[in-house]
Amino acid sequence: MNGGVSRSGPLPDGTVDVAVVGGGVVGAAVARELAGREADGRALSVALVEARSDVGDGTSKANTAILHTGFDATPGTLESRLVRRGYELLGGYAERAGIPVERTGAVLVAWTEEELAALPALADKAVKNGYRECETVGADEVYRLVPALGPGALGGLTVPGESIICPWTTTLAFATEALARGAGVLLNTRVEGAQRDGGEETVLLTNRGPLRARWVVNAAGLGSDAVDRLFGHERFTVTPRRGELLVFDKMARPLANRIVLPVPSSRGKGVLISPTIYGNVMLGPTAEDLRDRADTSTSEEGFAFLVDKGLALMPELLKEEVTASYAGLRAATEHGDYQVHLDAAQRYLVLGGIRSTGLTSSMALAEHAAGLLAEAGLVTSVRGQLPEPPRMPNIGEAFPRPYMCDDLIASDPAYGTVVCFCERVTAGEIRDALASPLPPADIDGLRRRTRAMMGRCQGFFCGAEVGRCLALVPDSVEESR
Amino acid sequence: MNLTTDVAVVGGGPSGLTAAAGLAAAGLRVLVLDREREAGGIPRHSDHTGYGLRDLRTVMTGPAYARLLADRAVEAGALVRTSAMVTGWAGEHALDVTTPEGRLRVDARAVVLATGARERPRTARMVPGDRPPGVLTTGQLQNVVHLHHGRVGTRAVVVGAELVSWSAVLTLREAGCRTVLMTSEHARAESYAAFSVPGRAVLRVPVATATRVVRINGRDAVESVEVEDLRTGERRTVPCDTVVFTGDWVPDHELARAAGLAMDPGSRSPVVDNTLATSRPGVFAVGNLVHPVDTADVAALDGRHVVEHVLAHLSGHASELSGLDGRAGIPLRAEAPFRWVSPGLVRPGAGAPPRHRILLWPDEHRAVARVVVTQDGREVARRTLPWPVSPGRVFRVPSSLLSGADPRGGPITISLG
Repeated sequence: MNGGVSRSGPLPDGTVDVAVVGGGVVGAAVARELAGREADGRALSVALVEARSDVGDGTSKANTAILHTGFDATPGTLESRLVRRGYELLGGYAERAGIPVERTGAVLVAWTEEELAALPALADKAVKNGYRECETVGADEVYRLVPALGPGALGGLTVPGESIICPWTTTLAFATEALARGAGVLLNTRVEGAQRDGGEETVLLTNRGPLRARWVVNAAGLGSDAVDRLFGHERFTVTPRRGELLVFDKMARPLANRIVLPVPSSRGKGVLISPTIYGNVMLGPTAEDLRDRADTSTSEEGFAFLVDKGLALMPELLKEEVTASYAGLRAATEHGDYQVHLDAAQRYLVLGGIRSTGLTSSMALAEHAAGLLAEAGLVTSVRGQLPEPPRMPNIGEAFPRPYMCDDLIASDPAYGTVVCFCERVTAGEIRDALASPLPPADIDGLRRRTRAMMGRCQGFFCGAEVGRCLALVPDSVEESR
Repeated sequence: MNLTTDVAVVGGGPSGLTAAAGLAAAGLRVLVLDREREAGGIPRHSDHTGYGLRDLRTVMTGPAYARLLADRAVEAGALVRTSAMVTGWAGEHALDVTTPEGRLRVDARAVVLATGARERPRTARMVPGDRPPGVLTTGQLQNVVHLHHGRVGTRAVVVGAELVSWSAVLTLREAGCRTVLMTSEHARAESYAAFSVPGRAVLRVPVATATRVVRINGRDAVESVEVEDLRTGERRTVPCDTVVFTGDWVPDHELARAAGLAMDPGSRSPVVDNTLATSRPGVFAVGNLVHPVDTADVAALDGRHVVEHVLAHLSGHASELSGLDGRAGIPLRAEAPFRWVSPGLVRPGAGAPPRHRILLWPDEHRAVARVVVTQDGREVARRTLPWPVSPGRVFRVPSSLLSGADPRGGPITISLG
């Protein structure tokens, strides 16, 4: 099978070495890792199989976008170990690939005596997780760190390493590099069945026909339990946990220069306030268990809850306009840890139950997956001649963007033609995204690549022009209306 | 690249272009910076008649009006640069600008902010539900239909019943989309009876008053909206494939805020005085940036009004005009049901505000408008005006009602008696 992106029609013939099911951040990281490896002197052929029209279009696009130190993981779990490792790996990779990261730091804020009393234990837990930078601080220091906090903070715990990262660029970078390493990305391809064919191969039955693979890695996120059942297992059940978030106007950003985390307590999980990598401020998430795995709608109750919390946490924030609201579904299971299981006989590996920490741990999970596959017989080594990591377009607010770069505009006036005013996205960036190795399928995909139309006007000024840009490209107009 | 000019006008809509024409005609070097590909502002894509009444004493379509104002600014000698996006301040009167020809630093002696207003989109109104495409503002709708000749659905719900909402209905009709319901949270439809009566008759659009949209349904495309009757709490589902959020204006005030200008919490606009000066000397604000929103011709007349005050500032005569030895003006305040009043400061001796009118934004309807002006516990004026107070449109009060105020007194309050 050849690499490249395939969106429709019958699947390519032949057998791939590894099919990775699920094009979220974890699946894309695994595809990238394995596509850079060889066995017996031959590069692995890898297919990244995604049911939706784009990579990173599920849980990976709608989360709190934090690069976690893992300070609050449960010590001794696989999640603790992989988050710690992933934090280092992704932090380094982000620099090489141009994924925006801001090292903002975080502070957990205690609002009750109970929460205050819980801080020392949290600091100890951080040490057990291998993170030694946490410090308990008094109320004065809390207000010095975040002056806009509402009244009543009693103290806090600082976590200087907590950072914010662009989740969209991360998934795209992994998938883009996987493509550059020869992998295939099969979009609009939903796995509906799996059959073992002799001892060597699995036939994945998809809506686009069969796909033959020697090995299968299940990274299907919210669908990981369903895919696991296709292989005959009953190990875990994903209960989608909906988290609604409100995103406030960029004018609010000076209010929140670091992440403000809640202290877990008996009155339930609180919400966080975080700067976003795009220069906004985020408030959320709610936590609501659902049955419907596609219900990313927002709710009146969710909004009311967030407004109520926000008014207490940071009253000034609520005076700013809400520029976006969204809901993400976390792949929660009945277990307290990631669900990583290897079935050597089936040549099958599941990376399931990867909750909100999956963005941080993604590269460590990929590394771990390569190790597990080797145990089962797919012994590989990193290929010698690999292309350089892609240099992703920066959509982070803290780093230079084309509209501010004289050289770039001089070389190409399209970078001086601002199309989306609120987010300052230029015609050049939109054109580049549409011509990239993994172009968007719709307006949402374009938004994740460029920030176009995600600003305060929501398309009042630029919606028609952005839609026109998108419509100029064949095969991408389905949802752009 | 560095450019110097006497006056930089940010925004090439009716108010900015009119100010530029007047300032250029007075012999100043004027640079208009507009981020769109063509100057003219919102009227460019409001393809119906009614423009130009108060400023040009004639009536024409929005696009014709936009072209005329742009032509007049250029004929008067102003330099109008389009695709020129002001991204921030480089100094007290200096701007950073991105254009296809490169980045500019514009050093001016005075700056006129004319950045206009936009409709609050669904997100800012916090309407929950699914997030399919097909949910627009009037601005986006008219851009799609009039400037890009794009298509929308076939059954629309229009949120709001102001003038602009009827404009959305007309645009939808032109695009082959029927408006199946208009909703207004107010007990009465906001817009001029002159429009809504034939509107209802000719366009046959049912208007649900005291009604709000509480949810949008449909994952890949809009399938329906849920509306609630505010009087009974009853909810029902209205099938549709397009939702247009209209009105509920918010000024494009980011540049004003970035300058640290004093802001009005009610309108979210920079506070201006009767000369349209902001809290930063040499920076003026005009049009719907300071009164979101009045009609285009009223915005244009702000542009005409500001000319003499910019000239006075540049010639160093501004303090003479104030007549108060540079003392700050008297704050003007509005009481409920008014959300904001513009101007927010009255500088005695500096002349009347634009069109001799004080502008207020009501949140409730009153059939009879008994306006009361007070200062320091004293009633300055009381008058019943011959037009009603209607939410969704500006309520105008003659500035002569303030003439009895004490120029050395405290804040002046406008309320309804």
